[in-house]
Amino acid sequence: MSRGWRLGVFLAGAAGLVFLFVVVARPLPGPLELRNRYAEEINTRAFRERNVTDAVTAVNFDYRGFDTIGEEFILFVSVLGSMFLLRMTEERGDEILPDAAEDSRDVRSTDAMNLWILAMIAPKVVFGIYIVTHGQLTPGGGFQGGVILATAALMLYVGEGFAVFRRVVPHGAVEFAEAVGAGGFLLIGMLAWFWGKPFLTNIIPLGQSHQLTSGGTMPLISVSTGLEVTAGFVLLLYGFLQENLTPRGEK
Amino acid sequence: MSAQIVTYAGFIVAGWLFLTGLYGIITSRHLVHLCLSMTVVQASTYVLLAVIGYRPGLPAPIFVNMPAGSPAVDPVIQALMLTDIVVEATVIALLLAITVRIHRRTSTADPNEVDIMRG
Amino acid sequence: MAPLPVVIPLMVAAVLAAVGHSFHRRVLDSIALATSAGVTAVCGLLAVESTHHVIVYWFGNWQPSAHAHFPVGICFMIDPIGAGLAALTSFLVLAAFTFSWSYFESVKAIYHILMLVFLGAMCGLCLSGDLFNLFVWFELMTAAGVALCGYKSEEGQSLQGALNFAVLNTAGALLSLGGVALVYAYTGSLNMCEVGQTLARHHSSTGFLCVSFLFIISGFLVKAAVFPFHFWLADAHAVAPTPVCVLFSGVMVELGVYAVARIYWVVFSGAAAPSTSAIRTVFLIVGALTTIVGALYCFGQRHLKRLLAFSTISHVGVMVLGLAILQPEGLAGSAIYLIGHGLVKASLFIGAGILLHRFGSVDEFDLLGRCREVLPIGLLMALGAAGLAGLPPFATFLGEKTIEEAARHVHQPWIVAIIVFAEILTSGAVLRFTMRVFGGWGKARELTLHGAPHIDTKPETTGQHSHVPLFMWGPMLVLLLAACLVALPWAARSGIRQEIQRFETPGIYMDAVLLGKTAAAPAAKPAVAMLGFSWEQVIVLIGMIGLALGALASGSAKYRFGSSVARLLLRAQAALRRLQSGRVGDYVAWFTIGIAVYGALLVFLR
Repeated sequence: MSRGWRLGVFLAGAAGLVFLFVVVARPLPGPLELRNRYAEEINTRAFRERNVTDAVTAVNFDYRGFDTIGEEFILFVSVLGSMFLLRMTEERGDEILPDAAEDSRDVRSTDAMNLWILAMIAPKVVFGIYIVTHGQLTPGGGFQGGVILATAALMLYVGEGFAVFRRVVPHGAVEFAEAVGAGGFLLIGMLAWFWGKPFLTNIIPLGQSHQLTSGGTMPLISVSTGLEVTAGFVLLLYGFLQENLTPRGEK
Repeated sequence: MSAQIVTYAGFIVAGWLFLTGLYGIITSRHLVHLCLSMTVVQASTYVLLAVIGYRPGLPAPIFVNMPAGSPAVDPVIQALMLTDIVVEATVIALLLAITVRIHRRTSTADPNEVDIMRG
Repeated sequence: MAPLPVVIPLMVAAVLAAVGHSFHRRVLDSIALATSAGVTAVCGLLAVESTHHVIVYWFGNWQPSAHAHFPVGICFMIDPIGAGLAALTSFLVLAAFTFSWSYFESVKAIYHILMLVFLGAMCGLCLSGDLFNLFVWFELMTAAGVALCGYKSEEGQSLQGALNFAVLNTAGALLSLGGVALVYAYTGSLNMCEVGQTLARHHSSTGFLCVSFLFIISGFLVKAAVFPFHFWLADAHAVAPTPVCVLFSGVMVELGVYAVARIYWVVFSGAAAPSTSAIRTVFLIVGALTTIVGALYCFGQRHLKRLLAFSTISHVGVMVLGLAILQPEGLAGSAIYLIGHGLVKASLFIGAGILLHRFGSVDEFDLLGRCREVLPIGLLMALGAAGLAGLPPFATFLGEKTIEEAARHVHQPWIVAIIVFAEILTSGAVLRFTMRVFGGWGKARELTLHGAPHIDTKPETTGQHSHVPLFMWGPMLVLLLAACLVALPWAARSGIRQEIQRFETPGIYMDAVLLGKTAAAPAAKPAVAMLGFSWEQVIVLIGMIGLALGALASGSAKYRFGSSVARLLLRAQAALRRLQSGRVGDYVAWFTIGIAVYGALLVFLR
């Protein structure tokens, strides 16, 4: 279709969609007692049943934990697929990059920025671990903390360049960590089978509320997820940074 | 009353983002722009979910300083949003990997130039 | 046992990702084969066990409490239809892994990991009883599918296929998520049975129901490649490696139809009862358009995989037509047709893979006459064409007959004509390909293939290309046999009919899921009409052979109807081809207007 036709078709469709949006939105918001049911159940039960103060994490890792497994594996498969599409493993053989440090397009930062970045990495890592482990108490959890930790690795690259980045976070170790994170969540779910309970039941002692150990399996799942998310995003960094550093013409 | 206004405003924003993102995909001339337009479409679902979970005047569902069971915003919607954000971010990663690969292979990043399979 | 079809493949994939990169290829293949065989067995057991009562499995042990009956967790809602579909899925994965044994180029363990995750996601989709959980497995299928589709990414075309797949499916998934969110905004639940019950009890506005239904199924309609969301399928199939195509056409597309049926019957059939005729009309239009468009494009392809992709679109249209009748007979026909088509199509794709391995191409004119050495494969492919035509003894024949009878019962006999038309075209196309490639007939170019895209396909296998190993033609034969045998026993057909009866009774599921009542009395055995001989099959047989021979001969014969007719046909064909432009912007524009038109129809007809 020519651009004109394509735009015309889309605009007609968009007008229709607007009409549909109006039709579907008219009875909303519905009666409060109806649409608040799930929220009320969780809000009243999360503390009582699992000793956790963060209801969102309780939903994510316990009540609807099975969704989170699917989500984790979407991350797993997308990272694997992206790395594979960027042909990190095949074309470059076992070495990830031969001499990235000498590449003229590697990032060079000033000394002042270097110092500041290095100083920031440690607090970032600590903060990331804090977020991961405190998911069941305050807003946080494996996903959020994992992204923070991954950005710490990114800062390492920005400050020190790809050669150092490669040495501190070796590719093979990160791949392994990602798989362990993904499999770990499944293993925690399978633990429940030994007690005769359905998959993903929270069978570890729930600990005291407001403590790090509250929530039973939730902190463990949080750590496993954090590991996977961190490793996943670092792998993505690997893949895309390497694209940037390869001189043109080299396939 | 204010709850209704917020809800309708949220629906309008979500609908607008959805259509704008689709418009961006359709008129896109660069694959990275296409991926970012997809991000806009994804953002419409975030806004929709956020506005559905809104309860006027209530705090977040974190019961550290509040007694458990006191009224709070919908935690299930927030969990859904979390899942949605992670899923969509990784899909964008896949799309961007495809973009990089296409650019490497064909030296063009225009989605309209890639019409090798036609008919 | 219920979570195993999902947990096992995912766990094995994670283990392979951690330690499997150094494994020998045979070890990886064996692990993959064992996993898919195991999942097939588990799904089969689940299907058998759930014939007595719906199996409900609550993850995290979050059963609804005895007094409130409100589901706070995620459940698997397993009945023989879902478990049977999961069994079919894992069986096809088994066939795909057998085909790819040892020769298929795999980079370390990536292929196996991606395929196993794909399997887990599809099983999750079949068994899930929660709307958001359905969305999650749908996205996992899309992600794994895109990665598998772009597998041979040395070629630029494979990236076009992967890009179109990713963009269109994601757009559909986002609209689905919007629909789920809107339904949650009204009912406050994500469990399918709870939502269905709430919607039915609270008499929500029919406009809201129709539009939210359409939004929720939009992602699954895109996955099912119905018109006008079908454009991406041909691009994806043309570039995906053979084992992946087997799965795409064999089950992935059909799962979209299954999800639509499941969502309609459990969630919306009770509440949207006043709009049933509107929904039937729209689905009939969707099915008819899909069937016709798929068949028309199918005949004009010279690349076998693309040809088969368009035929899949057409057959999915037939399944949607069966669904659209909204009666147990129609849906039972669709189910039987689905099984038969999945097996036959998988077999044909394996045949394409064999040709690719042996001769390095699947293009009709590149292969012209060269394939005489592997004539047995050609015979199998001709049998596959008969399977696509719905001829006895294939399961597609039984499914089609059931759909046709259901169509006559609701006084829509034109459905039969459309199905016959589509079957003639699709099977005629495959037969024409077979005759040209294996028999060497039809050397001259013909009208219908004027302008057909010629797609370079690189071989995807290593090893000796001079012979066809057993693990390649074995699955092809077994799949064809299975397509003949699976629906032959009367017990199988009546069992499917009975299960569909239960499938369409949401009350049984609600009792099982929300109240924990598992001792539902089985529905009374419905009368299974005797499937006798009918003249449609003769028409299809004659039409298919005649069309194939006619196409082969038309290249050399003078056009007796005058060149003006030929020019008109050429112009029409060129216009059709232009629509399938390969550009993702066009596809998304079609998606937008498709949803708008279907939605407007639903709203105005309700």
